[in-house]
Amino acid sequence: MPPIVKVSGLRKQYDSGFEALKGVDLEIEEGEIIALLGPNGAGKTTLISAICGIAVPTSGTITVGGHDAIRDYRAARELIGLVPQEINLEPFERVQNTVRFSRGVFGKSPNEAYIQDILAQLSLGDKARARVRELSGGMKRRVLIAKALSHEPRILFLDEPTAGVDVELRKDMWEVVRKLKENGVTIILTTHYIEEAEAIADRIAVINNGEILLVQDKDELMRQMGRKQLRIDLAESIGQVPESLAEFALTLSDDGRSLTYEYDTRADRTGITTLLAKMQDTGLKLADLQTKQSSLEEIFVGLVKETA
Amino acid sequence: MNLQAIRAIFVFEMSRFFRSLIQSLISPVISTSLYFVVFGAAIGSRIDQVEGVSYGAFIVPGLVMLTVMTQATSNASFGIYFPKFIGTVYEILSAPINFIEITIGYVGAAAVKSLFIGLMILATSTLFVDVSIAHPLAMIAFLLLTCLSFALLGFIIGIWAGNFEQLQLIPLLVITPLVFLGGSFYSTSMLPPFWQKVSLLNPVHYLISGFRWSFFGQADVPVGVSLVAIAGFTSLCLLTIWWIFRTGWRLRQ
Repeated sequence: MPPIVKVSGLRKQYDSGFEALKGVDLEIEEGEIIALLGPNGAGKTTLISAICGIAVPTSGTITVGGHDAIRDYRAARELIGLVPQEINLEPFERVQNTVRFSRGVFGKSPNEAYIQDILAQLSLGDKARARVRELSGGMKRRVLIAKALSHEPRILFLDEPTAGVDVELRKDMWEVVRKLKENGVTIILTTHYIEEAEAIADRIAVINNGEILLVQDKDELMRQMGRKQLRIDLAESIGQVPESLAEFALTLSDDGRSLTYEYDTRADRTGITTLLAKMQDTGLKLADLQTKQSSLEEIFVGLVKETA
Repeated sequence: MNLQAIRAIFVFEMSRFFRSLIQSLISPVISTSLYFVVFGAAIGSRIDQVEGVSYGAFIVPGLVMLTVMTQATSNASFGIYFPKFIGTVYEILSAPINFIEITIGYVGAAAVKSLFIGLMILATSTLFVDVSIAHPLAMIAFLLLTCLSFALLGFIIGIWAGNFEQLQLIPLLVITPLVFLGGSFYSTSMLPPFWQKVSLLNPVHYLISGFRWSFFGQADVPVGVSLVAIAGFTSLCLLTIWWIFRTGWRLRQ
């Protein structure tokens, strides 16, 4: 299946000379949830803006559903719904009016039943006639989602959907995103919360300084992160790792006082019990034990630092 | 043509108008009444007639024009500036619509609103003076063209403006003086020769003169010239908007 969104060699330089995107290539598969993960100012919003038609790319191509996003902008944009980062809503307007408006500007004929259905799905059913300013922050965010979904898009962009949102609401939002995926909507979300990418994404793209550093299946990434280290401090220093422990591929510290064992937390057997039993057999005395896990955070920080 | 989008923008803009219908209508009606009390009753009673028309009736076309021009400009400029200001413009920029459709939606709504207000002023004025309209079709044509061209101008101002001060700047500093000096409340033939010449440089003068002709059958400048002037002004606005459309000026990054 061809990718539903294909970005090739995308560059964006602002009038100020600032280069926000430096040749981005990205393919998004239909039906997936992909998280664009990166620190503030990495270029996440610029990338989304360029795909959605708000920012004009300096060079490169974007196709959406096979349509060129610039030449064939109508066909491309009809497929896209965008939830912006800021809560951009007219405060005095009624919820259902702003949602109707969104459906209209995307060229769809009015469909009141669909609009009420979307509002109900987002737990806004009883707020349809309320004015935007009467709503809480979380509800306003959901109104933005309702607006983005009003024209039945196949692709939904969520720009920092849970920035400044409390924990409970964040979980609600994730639930909404999962439901949308079940309905076959492709979702691209930007976030700087690693936890968020971890919780809902199928794939993760790490972006920094206008470049994509890595695009990887989340589970694969998590497997890499599932690696854990066990550090065993010894009561007395040793010159080398005993023969009998060779199968564990231990590394000995320079001072000979500690051994490090790497294992996979997801494996059926971590090998820790056997290792400790064999160490006892060998007569090594343990002073202390520590375990350490490399997190997505660490991988992320490592990647970002490398490119800084 | 994305007709649904034009309709959506138009309906949304008009609902803003109807939501504040009282304010939208009462303030122009009250200010018109004040003009009639001051100029019609207080001052007008001491002025005989201007070009064979009672002074109270003479100022009706000027008053309608004054209101229509300011309302069309401010409505259209606010209509497009407000989404820019609160950020909802992202939606219009990411929608499958082109600039022509956006313009038709916003300018159309602003023109209809100002037309509505203009007709209200006209209706109000009949309460104070006898108004007769010599050329009703021409009157409607002038009114429509004025609503449209000044809504186009307002739309350009709304796109250009970077803050609320700039939004007010052109209407306050340019349009109001031009309307006052364009013969809203007097015939330019009452001016000294030098100022008559200066008035010829004022584009609004041609509009008011043509509009007044449609009421009383007489004008400061030939009605053909008035028509050419308003057509020229409309074209100039359309050209500017076409240029904005081509370049994405002040809208798209």
